[in-house]
Amino acid sequence: MDFEFIREQTPLYIEAAKLTLHMALIGVILAIIVGLVCSMIKYFKIPVLRQIVECYIELSRNTPLLIQLFFLYFGLPKIGIVLSSEQCAISGLAFLGGSYMAEAFRSGLDNVPPIQVESALSLGMSKSQVFTNIILPQAVSNSIPAFCANAIFLIKETSVFSAVALADLMFVTKDLIGIYYKTDEALMMLVIAYLIILLPISLICSFVERRVRYAEYGD
Amino acid sequence: MGQPILEVEHLKKSYVNNVPILDDVSFSMQKGEVVVIVGPSGCGKSTFLRCINRLEAIDSGVLKLNGVSYENEKKNISKVREKIGMVFQSYDLFPNMTILNNLLLAPLKVQKRNKEEVKKEAEQLLDRVGLLDKKDNYPRQLSGGQKQRVAIVRAMLMHPEIMLLDEITAALDPEMVREVLQVVLELAKTGMTMLIVTHEMEFARSVADRVIFMDKGNIVEENTPEQFFDNPQTDRAKQFLNSFHYETVKK
Repeated sequence: MDFEFIREQTPLYIEAAKLTLHMALIGVILAIIVGLVCSMIKYFKIPVLRQIVECYIELSRNTPLLIQLFFLYFGLPKIGIVLSSEQCAISGLAFLGGSYMAEAFRSGLDNVPPIQVESALSLGMSKSQVFTNIILPQAVSNSIPAFCANAIFLIKETSVFSAVALADLMFVTKDLIGIYYKTDEALMMLVIAYLIILLPISLICSFVERRVRYAEYGD
Repeated sequence: MGQPILEVEHLKKSYVNNVPILDDVSFSMQKGEVVVIVGPSGCGKSTFLRCINRLEAIDSGVLKLNGVSYENEKKNISKVREKIGMVFQSYDLFPNMTILNNLLLAPLKVQKRNKEEVKKEAEQLLDRVGLLDKKDNYPRQLSGGQKQRVAIVRAMLMHPEIMLLDEITAALDPEMVREVLQVVLELAKTGMTMLIVTHEMEFARSVADRVIFMDKGNIVEENTPEQFFDNPQTDRAKQFLNSFHYETVKK
């Protein structure tokens, strides 16, 4: 193991990790927004929009992120829409993640027992009061574990961003392997970089899970 | 007899395939009356209660509270439900809120009452059912019987004019049944109007002013508890009551 090489290349990885994290965070936040909107449309069974959302979800869940990125990066320019690498990466991640987040939140909504709604109604609450006070908080708490799992999954998916010429961690690693042929060192640094990004997020997630679900499930 | 508090006229309800669940049920009760509905499983007694506060849509019939019909009410149905308290079989407390917040939610959000005042009343009622020390606990930390007592208090806090109790002890251990029914008995003593569906025959006998026996979506027999339990008039009721005795079933 060439530790001198590792030391020399560390700044390169730090830059790449910053870029990866930056793209991932924007992508995940957008995915959550898309997911919330889509799950509401499905939950309230809004006509027309609902069918569009169904199509979107099936399309997005059943195609690989790499293909989605190729479509955005190489396909769209053919019809005159040119997106930068960053724009492609972020919208690709939001497109993929949106459907996962939508399904996570929808199952959270569906898993609120009908008796909860009925007892709130029988206390004289209006439908909108029931939604904001009873259904929503319980749905959020139900879907937190799936939300967190999706967020981590999406951050890992950023490893395909190199395909659209974005200098992320994977890109740097492949570059270094190509130039110096230091495969072991480069891959090890890649793994460590991802762990450094993901472990804290994973810990934060389990902390949030415990806090949000304390009322219902205890410690 | 004055104006009945609750009137049900020719209530009909069926689910799929037009199998009637409630087949032309008419019924009324006076303020302060405690009516117990008994009957075999699937006879429509729970559906009847659920129709009364419109959790189930009805096919036809008239529902009146204090002489005002509300069977077609849409926008203001929550105003009607405010006056009809209901407690269900499964403990239906909101799991994400403490006991006190479970109690305060509807009075504050729906009736916009003063928080301190409601809190004081809630604590008094909790004390009366022996659960004041649980007010900051979550529902999961309570036993079934305790949860059911909280559910009764939660309905009471809305100051309903009538309470519907839908088999509130059916999911409880025998020992816990007692503590819940004790609360209902006390409630009856205070003059609360109640419509109770139960399988506890001894309890029905002691709490009821009037017993209604339902079968196959109809009211088959209606009588005082003494008459009904000691001297049932219809064969179907006799048969039903016999099923609670085991003397004839010897090894």
